[in-house]
Amino acid sequence: MITLTEAPFEPGALLAQFCAGRDETGAVASFVGLARAESGQASILELEAYPGFTESAIEAFAVEAAERFELQDWRIVHRVGKIAPGQAVVFVATASKHRRAAFAACDFLMDWLKSRAPFWKKEHGPDGARWIEPTAQDRTDAQRWDV
Amino acid sequence: MARVLLFGRLADQAGWREREVEAGSLAALRASIANEDAALAQALEGPGVQVAVDKALVRGEAVLAAGVEVAFLPPMSGG
Repeated sequence: MITLTEAPFEPGALLAQFCAGRDETGAVASFVGLARAESGQASILELEAYPGFTESAIEAFAVEAAERFELQDWRIVHRVGKIAPGQAVVFVATASKHRRAAFAACDFLMDWLKSRAPFWKKEHGPDGARWIEPTAQDRTDAQRWDV
Repeated sequence: MARVLLFGRLADQAGWREREVEAGSLAALRASIANEDAALAQALEGPGVQVAVDKALVRGEAVLAAGVEVAFLPPMSGG
């Protein structure tokens, strides 16, 4: 399930919820991305999504990932709007029978979310605001999975 | 009437994010925008800008039924 939210969320609560009631899941892997202050250069991170379109694209990709890694379940929560340094931007959790698949799928989902998901990112800093494009590293990370 | 949505830097450049435009095709829509703001129309044709009609990506020309939503999406940055 994918949720976009303008409100801050508590990653621990999401993880506890995701782990609850699983007696056939051997492994849950999770990742939390936090907004960085960049030594004062980024006072606010602003993420814009296209409601409806962005969720569908993430859902379609995650369903594919679930097949590829034989996941039992997955959960993605992503902030949109204005995000302060230190706040959680993204939460990803994957559930599978064994740990390798859960780790790999979580890594795979994050690489795609960071580089190709339909978001537009703006950094507000002391010198004004600027739109951010994916870094070369983000692209290389995502390409690791292309086969 | 088509409901036109702009995202990211395109919305900043235009000074608007959402607008109704009378157009029966994507070409007519682009022409109508160019009439008013040539620089914006050029940006909408810029590298990496994708177009979605009713939330589905389209390539090239498209006929626009009444009430459709047309979104111009600059290169996506990821989250």
